[in-house]
Amino acid sequence: MRTNEQMISDLKEIVKPYIQNQHGFDSLTEETDFINDLKINSANLVDVVLDIEDKFDIEIDNDSMDKMLNVKAALEIIETKLSEK
Amino acid sequence: MNSEEIISYLPYSAPFLFVDKIVSVGAKSITGTFRFDESLDFYKGHFKENPVTPGVILTETMAQIGVVSLGIYLVKTEGGDLQHVQIVLTSSEVDFYKPVFPNETVTVKSTQEYFRFNKLKCYIELFNEKEELVCRGKIAGMIKS
Repeated sequence: MRTNEQMISDLKEIVKPYIQNQHGFDSLTEETDFINDLKINSANLVDVVLDIEDKFDIEIDNDSMDKMLNVKAALEIIETKLSEK
Repeated sequence: MNSEEIISYLPYSAPFLFVDKIVSVGAKSITGTFRFDESLDFYKGHFKENPVTPGVILTETMAQIGVVSLGIYLVKTEGGDLQHVQIVLTSSEVDFYKPVFPNETVTVKSTQEYFRFNKLKCYIELFNEKEELVCRGKIAGMIKS
Protein backbone atom coordinates (compact mmCIF):
# COMPACT_ATOMS: atom_id res chain seq x y z
CA MET A 1 0.00 0.00 0.00
CA ARG A 2 1.40 3.37 -1.02
CA THR A 3 1.21 6.35 1.35
CA ASN A 4 -0.24 9.66 0.19
CA GLU A 5 3.27 11.16 0.09
CA GLN A 6 4.51 8.34 -2.13
CA MET A 7 1.53 8.76 -4.43
CA ILE A 8 2.15 12.51 -4.74
CA SER A 9 5.81 11.89 -5.42
CA ASP A 10 4.93 9.30 -8.11
CA LEU A 11 2.48 11.76 -9.64
CA LYS A 12 5.10 14.54 -9.62
CA GLU A 13 7.49 12.32 -11.52
CA ILE A 14 4.75 11.61 -14.11
CA VAL A 15 3.72 15.24 -14.73
CA LYS A 16 7.29 16.60 -14.75
CA PRO A 17 7.94 16.29 -18.54
CA TYR A 18 4.70 18.10 -19.39
CA ILE A 19 4.63 21.13 -17.05
CA GLN A 20 5.14 24.68 -18.22
CA ASN A 21 5.18 26.38 -14.83
CA GLN A 22 8.20 25.39 -12.74
CA HIS A 23 7.09 27.42 -9.71
CA GLY A 24 3.72 25.67 -9.64
CA PHE A 25 5.52 22.34 -9.92
CA ASP A 26 8.00 23.10 -7.12
CA SER A 27 5.19 24.10 -4.75
CA LEU A 28 2.86 21.24 -5.80
CA THR A 29 0.19 20.26 -3.26
CA GLU A 30 -3.07 18.31 -3.40
CA GLU A 31 -4.81 21.53 -4.43
CA THR A 32 -2.59 22.04 -7.50
CA ASP A 33 -4.59 22.24 -10.73
CA PHE A 34 -2.95 20.56 -13.74
CA ILE A 35 -4.11 23.11 -16.31
CA ASN A 36 -4.20 26.39 -14.36
CA ASP A 37 -1.25 25.89 -11.98
CA LEU A 38 1.07 23.63 -13.96
CA LYS A 39 0.03 24.91 -17.42
CA ILE A 40 -0.20 21.39 -18.84
CA ASN A 41 -2.08 21.51 -22.18
CA SER A 42 -5.01 19.22 -22.95
CA ALA A 43 -2.96 17.00 -25.29
CA ASN A 44 -0.32 16.44 -22.62
CA LEU A 45 -2.99 15.81 -20.01
CA VAL A 46 -3.82 12.70 -22.08
CA ASP A 47 -0.16 11.65 -21.78
CA VAL A 48 -0.28 12.22 -18.02
CA VAL A 49 -3.32 9.93 -17.78
CA LEU A 50 -1.71 7.24 -19.98
CA ASP A 51 1.44 7.39 -17.84
CA ILE A 52 -0.69 7.07 -14.70
CA GLU A 53 -2.31 3.95 -16.21
CA ASP A 54 1.11 2.41 -16.86
CA LYS A 55 2.58 3.36 -13.50
CA PHE A 56 -0.32 2.07 -11.40
CA ASP A 57 -1.52 -0.65 -13.80
CA ILE A 58 -5.07 0.70 -13.90
CA GLU A 59 -7.48 1.80 -16.65
CA ILE A 60 -8.90 5.31 -16.66
CA ASP A 61 -12.31 5.65 -18.32
CA ASN A 62 -13.73 8.75 -20.02
CA ASP A 63 -15.69 9.88 -16.92
CA SER A 64 -12.59 9.69 -14.73
CA MET A 65 -10.58 11.50 -17.40
CA ASP A 66 -13.04 14.41 -17.31
CA LYS A 67 -12.62 14.68 -13.52
CA MET A 68 -8.84 14.42 -13.55
CA LEU A 69 -8.18 18.15 -13.27
CA ASN A 70 -6.07 18.48 -10.13
CA VAL A 71 -3.74 16.45 -7.92
CA LYS A 72 -6.45 15.66 -5.36
CA ALA A 73 -8.89 14.33 -7.97
CA ALA A 74 -6.12 12.30 -9.62
CA LEU A 75 -5.16 10.71 -6.27
CA GLU A 76 -8.80 9.85 -5.55
CA ILE A 77 -9.29 8.29 -8.97
CA ILE A 78 -6.07 6.28 -8.68
CA GLU A 79 -7.08 5.03 -5.21
CA THR A 80 -10.57 4.08 -6.39
CA LYS A 81 -9.22 2.21 -9.41
CA LEU A 82 -6.60 0.44 -7.30
CA SER A 83 -9.23 -0.66 -4.78
CA GLU A 84 -11.39 -2.09 -7.60
CA LYS A 85 -8.59 -4.34 -8.75
CA MET B 1 -14.23 4.35 -46.30
CA ASN B 2 -12.41 4.67 -49.61
CA SER B 3 -9.69 7.12 -50.59
CA GLU B 4 -12.01 9.72 -52.19
CA GLU B 5 -14.34 9.65 -49.19
CA ILE B 6 -11.54 10.26 -46.69
CA ILE B 7 -10.04 13.06 -48.80
CA SER B 8 -13.47 14.71 -49.15
CA TYR B 9 -13.61 15.10 -45.35
CA LEU B 10 -10.12 16.62 -45.08
CA PRO B 11 -10.39 20.27 -44.01
CA TYR B 12 -7.74 21.37 -46.56
CA SER B 13 -7.69 22.49 -50.18
CA ALA B 14 -5.01 23.49 -52.68
CA PRO B 15 -2.43 24.91 -52.18
CA PHE B 16 -2.38 23.31 -48.75
CA LEU B 17 -3.77 19.84 -49.44
CA PHE B 18 -0.92 17.33 -49.41
CA VAL B 19 -2.84 14.09 -49.98
CA ASP B 20 -3.42 12.62 -53.46
CA LYS B 21 -4.47 9.11 -52.56
CA ILE B 22 -5.05 6.86 -49.56
CA VAL B 23 -3.64 3.51 -50.67
CA SER B 24 -4.74 1.52 -47.61
CA VAL B 25 -6.32 2.24 -44.25
CA GLY B 26 -7.26 0.22 -41.17
CA ALA B 27 -7.79 0.76 -37.47
CA LYS B 28 -4.05 0.64 -36.75
CA SER B 29 -2.37 2.04 -39.85
CA ILE B 30 -2.70 4.09 -43.02
CA THR B 31 -0.68 4.55 -46.22
CA GLY B 32 -1.06 7.43 -48.65
CA THR B 33 0.76 9.24 -51.45
CA PHE B 34 1.35 12.79 -52.66
CA ARG B 35 3.11 14.19 -55.73
CA PHE B 36 4.98 17.48 -55.24
CA ASP B 37 4.24 19.24 -58.52
CA GLU B 38 6.94 21.67 -59.60
CA SER B 39 4.34 24.44 -59.87
CA LEU B 40 3.82 24.52 -56.06
CA ASP B 41 4.33 28.09 -54.88
CA PHE B 42 6.93 27.50 -52.16
CA TYR B 43 9.47 26.20 -54.68
CA LYS B 44 9.88 29.80 -55.89
CA GLY B 45 11.50 30.73 -52.58
CA HIS B 46 12.81 27.47 -51.06
CA PHE B 47 15.47 27.87 -52.12
CA LYS B 48 16.34 30.73 -54.52
CA GLU B 49 17.08 29.08 -57.90
CA ASN B 50 17.25 25.70 -56.12
CA PRO B 51 13.81 24.19 -55.43
CA VAL B 52 13.72 21.68 -52.56
CA THR B 53 10.60 20.66 -50.61
CA PRO B 54 10.68 22.38 -47.18
CA GLY B 55 10.87 20.13 -44.12
CA VAL B 56 7.77 21.77 -42.66
CA ILE B 57 5.85 20.78 -45.79
CA LEU B 58 7.09 17.17 -45.49
CA THR B 59 5.99 17.24 -41.84
CA GLU B 60 2.60 18.63 -42.92
CA THR B 61 2.28 15.86 -45.52
CA MET B 62 3.04 13.26 -42.83
CA ALA B 63 0.44 14.85 -40.55
CA GLN B 64 -2.30 15.16 -43.22
CA ILE B 65 -1.97 11.51 -44.30
CA GLY B 66 -0.69 9.91 -41.10
CA VAL B 67 -2.75 11.66 -38.43
CA VAL B 68 -5.66 13.58 -39.98
CA SER B 69 -6.70 11.02 -42.64
CA LEU B 70 -6.33 8.15 -40.16
CA GLY B 71 -8.20 10.22 -37.56
CA ILE B 72 -11.10 10.79 -39.96
CA TYR B 73 -11.28 7.05 -40.60
CA LEU B 74 -11.23 6.29 -36.86
CA VAL B 75 -13.88 8.91 -36.01
CA LYS B 76 -16.10 7.50 -38.78
CA THR B 77 -15.55 3.95 -37.49
CA GLU B 78 -16.63 5.06 -34.01
CA GLY B 79 -19.77 6.66 -35.44
CA GLY B 80 -18.65 10.28 -35.00
CA ASP B 81 -20.02 13.22 -36.98
CA LEU B 82 -17.48 14.11 -39.64
CA GLN B 83 -19.24 17.31 -40.71
CA HIS B 84 -18.08 19.01 -37.53
CA VAL B 85 -14.72 17.38 -37.03
CA GLN B 86 -12.05 19.63 -35.48
CA ILE B 87 -8.38 18.82 -35.66
CA VAL B 88 -5.34 20.45 -34.05
CA LEU B 89 -1.70 19.47 -34.26
CA THR B 90 -0.31 19.07 -30.75
CA SER B 91 3.22 17.74 -31.23
CA SER B 92 5.70 16.73 -33.89
CA GLU B 93 9.17 15.30 -33.64
CA VAL B 94 10.66 14.50 -37.05
CA ASP B 95 14.13 13.56 -38.30
CA PHE B 96 15.10 14.12 -41.95
CA TYR B 97 17.43 11.96 -44.02
CA LYS B 98 16.99 12.87 -47.71
CA PRO B 99 15.74 15.82 -49.78
CA VAL B 100 12.55 15.72 -51.90
CA PHE B 101 12.76 17.58 -55.22
CA PRO B 102 9.94 18.94 -57.45
CA ASN B 103 7.81 16.29 -59.23
CA GLU B 104 8.72 13.52 -56.80
CA THR B 105 5.92 11.35 -55.41
CA VAL B 106 6.20 10.37 -51.76
CA THR B 107 4.54 7.59 -49.77
CA VAL B 108 3.58 8.13 -46.14
CA LYS B 109 3.14 5.13 -43.84
CA SER B 110 1.67 5.74 -40.41
CA THR B 111 1.10 3.40 -37.49
CA GLN B 112 -1.12 4.34 -34.58
CA GLU B 113 0.57 4.46 -31.16
CA TYR B 114 -2.67 5.29 -29.41
CA PHE B 115 -6.03 6.96 -29.93
CA ARG B 116 -7.51 7.83 -26.56
CA PHE B 117 -9.42 10.75 -25.08
CA ASN B 118 -9.50 12.36 -28.57
CA LYS B 119 -5.71 12.32 -28.92
CA LEU B 120 -4.20 10.41 -31.83
CA LYS B 121 -0.46 9.79 -31.74
CA CYS B 122 1.29 8.05 -34.63
CA TYR B 123 4.71 6.83 -35.72
CA ILE B 124 5.12 7.99 -39.32
CA GLU B 125 7.63 7.32 -42.10
CA LEU B 126 7.86 9.06 -45.48
CA PHE B 127 9.53 7.33 -48.44
CA ASN B 128 10.55 8.50 -51.95
CA GLU B 129 9.93 6.60 -55.20
CA LYS B 130 13.13 4.60 -54.72
CA GLU B 131 11.59 3.47 -51.41
CA GLU B 132 14.32 5.30 -49.51
CA LEU B 133 13.43 6.71 -46.10
CA VAL B 134 13.15 10.51 -46.40
CA CYS B 135 11.97 11.34 -42.89
CA ARG B 136 10.33 9.72 -39.89
CA GLY B 137 8.97 10.73 -36.55
CA LYS B 138 6.05 10.96 -34.14
CA ILE B 139 3.16 13.32 -34.69
CA ALA B 140 0.10 13.78 -32.49
CA GLY B 141 -3.12 15.72 -32.74
CA MET B 142 -6.42 16.20 -30.95
CA ILE B 143 -9.47 15.18 -32.98
CA LYS B 144 -12.97 16.09 -31.88
CA SER B 145 -16.24 15.54 -33.66
